[in-house]
Amino acid sequence: MGNVSVAPAEIEQTESSEAPFEAPSPDVPWVTVVHNDPVNLMSYVTYVFQAYFGYPKDKAKKLMMDVHHKGRAAVSTGTREEMERDVQAMHGYGLWATLTQDR
Amino acid sequence: MAGYFETAPDGGAAIALDEVEISILRSLAVQFLELVGPGPAGPEPGDDPLAELFAEGPTERPADPALARLFPDAYVDPEGKADDEALAASSEFRRYTENDLRARKRDDALAVVRSLDALDPARDRAAVLTLSDQESRRWLGTLNDLRLTIGTRLDVDEDPDGDLYRLPDEDPRKPLMMAYMWLGGLQETLIETLTP
Repeated sequence: MGNVSVAPAEIEQTESSEAPFEAPSPDVPWVTVVHNDPVNLMSYVTYVFQAYFGYPKDKAKKLMMDVHHKGRAAVSTGTREEMERDVQAMHGYGLWATLTQDR
Repeated sequence: MAGYFETAPDGGAAIALDEVEISILRSLAVQFLELVGPGPAGPEPGDDPLAELFAEGPTERPADPALARLFPDAYVDPEGKADDEALAASSEFRRYTENDLRARKRDDALAVVRSLDALDPARDRAAVLTLSDQESRRWLGTLNDLRLTIGTRLDVDEDPDGDLYRLPDEDPRKPLMMAYMWLGGLQETLIETLTP
């Protein structure tokens, strides 16, 4: 590169035109909620929580009991994309799941 | 109908099925295949594979109650009220997930039909079906889908003393309810073989 004169690239000031007046919104997590339904077997719901989320049997069973008695349970937490993946998986298993932002 | 799953000697699950049981399971699985079909905006078989890849899925909740149960709105809380934002997000979610879900459910049900077709109950009085763990998971999914579909049709609730469990023989719902309960037993015993 001997003969090439390297002119210094003009340094563009990357000062943002958008002044950070607003603090970035905090990363409020999303949750996957599984709802009770009269058809799914308790053993099946427990099996799904173990098989898909890898939860130990005790935790899977407790979540299943929450679904059964309270009508719903939050089964996972994360970004919106992650929760959409979990909800799709739950639908694949036949569980009634929705996602919501944990406000 | 006494056939239930047991753990097979070499692992996996096994069940003895007679001709009638095989034909009931097969007919329910085939009806389910027809119900699930390709989605409303689904690709036609034989379409350009690239077109299939980019085909957009449906955005409307299925009109059939059983399909609506199988593919629920992802952003609508069943106990809350659905606002426009939740409905729009559910449509969008449906557009890129429902066809995949339908395809997977079809694949599982097809695997069930194929394993039933491989049996020869005429030769043996009851044919023994043996499933690997992977096949068991496909069966488990289809058994659950069948129960969800029949359960929605019959409008089952959680009351074990409900009328559906004490139908008189002449009630037209009785055969389907008996099948529903049998499928529950099949599913329960299949889960036992998968969770030591």
